Amino acid sequence: MDWKSIPQEYLVHNVKLCLGGKLSAETGYLHVKDGKVKAIGDGKLSVENVPTFDGNGAVLSPGFIDVHVHFREPGREEKESIHTGSRAAAAGGFTSVVTMPNTLPPVDSAPMITYQFDRARESGLCRVFPTGAISKNQDGESLTEFGDMVAAGAVGFTDDGAPVMNGSLMKYALQYSKMLGIPVTCHAEDTSLAGSGVMHAGSWSAKLGLPGIPRVAEDSMIYRDCELARATGGHLHVAHISTKGAVETVRRAKADGINVTAEATPHHFTLNHSHCQTFSPMFKMNPPLREESDVEAVIAGLCDGTIDCIATDHAPHTVMEKELMFDQAPFGIIGLETALAVGITSLVKAGKLDLGKLVYLMTEAAAKIYNLPGGKLEEGTDADFVLFDPEQQWTVLADEVQSRSSNSPWLGEKLTGRVKATFMGGRNTWLDKDFS
Amino acid sequence: MALSSKDLIGLEHMSQEEITLILDTADAFRAVFDRPVRKVPIMRGKTVVNLFFEPSTRTRISFELAEQRLSADIINFSASSSSLKKGETLRDTAENIAAMKIDMIVMRHSSPGAAQYLADVLDASVINAGDGPHEHPTQGLLDIMTMRHKLGSLEGKKITIIGDISHSRVARSNIYGLTKLGAEVTLCGPPTMVPGAMEQLGAKVEFDLKKAVRDADALNILRIQLERQSQMVFPSNREYALMFGIDEEVLRTTKPECFVMHPGPMNREVEISSAVADGPRQVILDQVTNGVAVRMAVIYLLSGGDPGSLAGRG
Repeated sequence: MDWKSIPQEYLVHNVKLCLGGKLSAETGYLHVKDGKVKAIGDGKLSVENVPTFDGNGAVLSPGFIDVHVHFREPGREEKESIHTGSRAAAAGGFTSVVTMPNTLPPVDSAPMITYQFDRARESGLCRVFPTGAISKNQDGESLTEFGDMVAAGAVGFTDDGAPVMNGSLMKYALQYSKMLGIPVTCHAEDTSLAGSGVMHAGSWSAKLGLPGIPRVAEDSMIYRDCELARATGGHLHVAHISTKGAVETVRRAKADGINVTAEATPHHFTLNHSHCQTFSPMFKMNPPLREESDVEAVIAGLCDGTIDCIATDHAPHTVMEKELMFDQAPFGIIGLETALAVGITSLVKAGKLDLGKLVYLMTEAAAKIYNLPGGKLEEGTDADFVLFDPEQQWTVLADEVQSRSSNSPWLGEKLTGRVKATFMGGRNTWLDKDFS
Repeated sequence: MALSSKDLIGLEHMSQEEITLILDTADAFRAVFDRPVRKVPIMRGKTVVNLFFEPSTRTRISFELAEQRLSADIINFSASSSSLKKGETLRDTAENIAAMKIDMIVMRHSSPGAAQYLADVLDASVINAGDGPHEHPTQGLLDIMTMRHKLGSLEGKKITIIGDISHSRVARSNIYGLTKLGAEVTLCGPPTMVPGAMEQLGAKVEFDLKKAVRDADALNILRIQLERQSQMVFPSNREYALMFGIDEEVLRTTKPECFVMHPGPMNREVEISSAVADGPRQVILDQVTNGVAVRMAVIYLLSGGDPGSLAGRG
């Protein structure tokens, strides 16, 4: 059968299932009917009159879930739209994403949430779950209508892109969201300490003459927010954790029983501040690339469960913006299409964690943060799944990037692990060029 | 021997031999200054663009003079970096200028890395006239040239740089160049201006001015940027002058032959007292003269000039 014309009911066979954090040693099958999983398991299944597709020995896992992406719509569609972002997600094996609210204008009301859902439905390539801003217009002054936005489908609230310096506002946000049963996500950055910094404050910033963002700008805010979560009982989710101090603070908070979760990005568990010596803005992000000891702490946090999941902080910017000088270019890189491969290359191949655990951190564990559907494949769940080859090597090329932007530090780099096909609700949303 | 690169971006990636070659060549040009006609026809028919995205008087004039004395054709282009933020990137500007077929660009820009970027996208030679707080190699070279005249070899000599090291391209180029020639560099200033990480560049950090100057052979005093006060980096000019200002009293605690340098422009009575700035221990105007000679040498060598052929001209 041809992967390009998928019927309502079909079987996928000759795949290795990767479920619940474990990669199966033998081949298995997946039976899909009307967008749902009808049956899944090791071994073989044949059902009369149901067409069968050959997985060619690929790994089959739940579709990946990225709890931290910037899709820029409305307002900055020249960087990314909900459609182009969804296309990038599908190409990266993702079937669900959580979008950040720092659009133009920011997502700070229920109609904005509804608008984003509508745009995502029109595109139909990925499930998009919007978050709302903590404060109106992200100005850090007064709470948005959390209840109304949750009723419209918002899955969380966050100050991403505009850190909440006012501790009182953060406290109220955690108290109020607790009532609604959803998390508040912090972009931990004391902006007065970060100042005009553009990279990690350390030996390289001193050498390059670029202003630095010290670790304490992140550490102090994570400490504050963990204590606020302790005081309020609210669910604090820490976005893109990057320092060893912050990992330690979250580890202690969890041991104390505080309701805190955390995510880490592929770039923070792979790259360090020495990459900035090229002055290439592809290595400019916020939080910045830190030191090797921080990279190791983030990996240790992923391994011991201090850090709950992997998220990309997919942040598209135009070529022109990333042609600016390092200190003038915007923060952020795209990440959806390289997440699996970077995870395999720098964690699995490096022997830090096994493939089953990596997939778990990108699926089930991610779904739990925002109580999302998906992340699991069982009888009756949506047939959101991905087929990938964990051994295939490929080179990241700007021409092949599906995002509207191509600001990736991995352009031209060779990575291991390639997404072959992605399915959302049983429908094919991405097919690699050589996969049939 | 010739320079290994078509560009001069910084002293960090230069060899000791290259630095010495530039200094020797500069000495030869310096000799030309004492002749009635100070112009040589070496760069006739070549075009140099002075591309200044930040205001500069001294460095720009020094480069222009160097270019004129080499008989180059000169274009001056000044623009604020902010106009670039509005749409045109540095690449656009650079490619436009390059399309007019020029041989060399001298650039000052507020962003670290700007000179390297320009050098990477253009075939023309690029001379970095200051890229933010990163490097200012011709200033580093002219400082070293001045020290070499006073001290001979710099091997084992102790040079103390005082001021806002953190934000100083002059400091970085001095550190790289001086350490390559075997000098020991000490950095001094309040900790808010002298990050400990600077030691990784190969210099010593000393916050006590008395200790920092005691054994020094030369003091290089940096300009204090008064706007740093509003950024909470230091309390007041008065306190800076009291704790780190170089006056005659401080000079009495140094070796008698220790001399004083300043890249200008000076804040008199802040980082340097007038008595020192105008006194017998300073070589500040020598630095200015040497600046023209060093820039002539760099332009000459980057455009393929043969250092050997200069000897006959002197």
